[in-house]
Amino acid sequence: MNAAIDNHWYPVAMITGIDAPRETLLLGKKITLGREDGTCWVLDASGAELPTVERFGHLWTSPGQPNRDLFTIPEADNPGRRLVDVGSVKVKCSPLRAVENFLDIAHFPFVHTDILGAEPHTEVDRYDVKIREEVDEVWATKVKFYQPQAAKSAAGGITTEYMYRVPAPTCSVLYKTCPPRPGEWDIITLFVQPLTDEWCEVWPWMALYDDDSTMSEMVSFQQLIFMQDRSILENQIPRKLPLDPGMEVPTQADMTSVAYRRWLKKIGYTYGAQLVAA
Amino acid sequence: MILYDYVLSASCYKVRLMAALLGTPLTLRAVNFHPGREHKSPEMLALNPKGTLPILQDGDTVLTDSADILRHLTADHPEWQSSDDDRWLDFASDLNDSLGLARLHDVIGYAADIDTARAAGVTALRKLEAHLTEQRFEGLIFLTGKTPTIADIACFPNTALAPDGGVSLDPYPSIRLWMRAIRSLPGFIEMPGIHRLHELAHPA
Repeated sequence: MNAAIDNHWYPVAMITGIDAPRETLLLGKKITLGREDGTCWVLDASGAELPTVERFGHLWTSPGQPNRDLFTIPEADNPGRRLVDVGSVKVKCSPLRAVENFLDIAHFPFVHTDILGAEPHTEVDRYDVKIREEVDEVWATKVKFYQPQAAKSAAGGITTEYMYRVPAPTCSVLYKTCPPRPGEWDIITLFVQPLTDEWCEVWPWMALYDDDSTMSEMVSFQQLIFMQDRSILENQIPRKLPLDPGMEVPTQADMTSVAYRRWLKKIGYTYGAQLVAA
Repeated sequence: MILYDYVLSASCYKVRLMAALLGTPLTLRAVNFHPGREHKSPEMLALNPKGTLPILQDGDTVLTDSADILRHLTADHPEWQSSDDDRWLDFASDLNDSLGLARLHDVIGYAADIDTARAAGVTALRKLEAHLTEQRFEGLIFLTGKTPTIADIACFPNTALAPDGGVSLDPYPSIRLWMRAIRSLPGFIEMPGIHRLHELAHPA
């Protein structure tokens, strides 16, 4: 047991996708989950019941005793948003690498070419990052980037503004300019289930203003983006995320990643992490 | 022409790629294959009782086999067809049943005997490597000759996506050169897991 790792909430299933009891892994240990009479349950390997929360279309559990409720995203409840269950993709990488990649802007022109970025618009302008001590979350704000197709709903290239939030070690919430409603934020999340320290199941979920696209089109768009990342993630070295400086040299564009790693170290979250520079 | 399409499907990508190389416009209809299983919905089963993708609708014609669709798209483009295509279209099915299955297992959790799928994939890649090496000895880069045909387009996606299913392409230099030749074709389009050639597009 390691309370700093176990006492968090983790996503383990999309609620509408639970049709029969099934086994999966959480932090390297077998768990079983299912749904009866509309209520989800999770058992650990010994058959003991684990706590559950049903939120954002997903089932969450914890192998420990979480000392606070699962985070909320109040903006997602605004009327008119469409809630998109994107499904899951398995990736052979550290769960922390998956979150860190989600926080990175600089790769957009090279990995998501002509969609989330394009040459020669490769520069990441300075933005603000801080660890908000009062809520114990990492936030990056005033992130701006030129995007040829920021979302399925975008008709052409726009400069998109982003806010990133890390409310839990394996989760990130992105607020980005909504193309059809520039005064509002689209919400795109990345919920990562750590199967092991080098293997994860990633459950993206979205709350968007988009009255034109079909649900299938919105799911396809997000799966396309995430699968472009997958082959990159599976080839990152070192496999575990280094929390100490020395192994990888950050640039100004990596301020969010630096804060994320610093925060993980501060809260003692070492699952999928590498502590000593090799 | 309407393609009922799933963005992560190797077989749907064969059709998108072929149409792009020909300059043939396609209207894409996104199907939520995962997680929605929309390809098994009553509307889709009415169109294709097999419940598979891709589906190409061209007027009254509905085609549901990717090899048939490639032949249909190139019906007026004889340069994209060869008398040797049939064996490679069969071989493309073997790739789909081995490397393609391993990929669906690793990416979206399809039930599969993963060791058997990967082993069959490696056997197929060795055959492909041997053939492409012979072709190179003859000064030919594509499967059936000097120019690409539907044989290449049918075999390319599941081969290029092999690493998604945990099968490395490092041991196969002829396959990698062949993939590079395909990625260099005018009009080439990418899919997630198959990147475009940045370095050739913008030489220093």
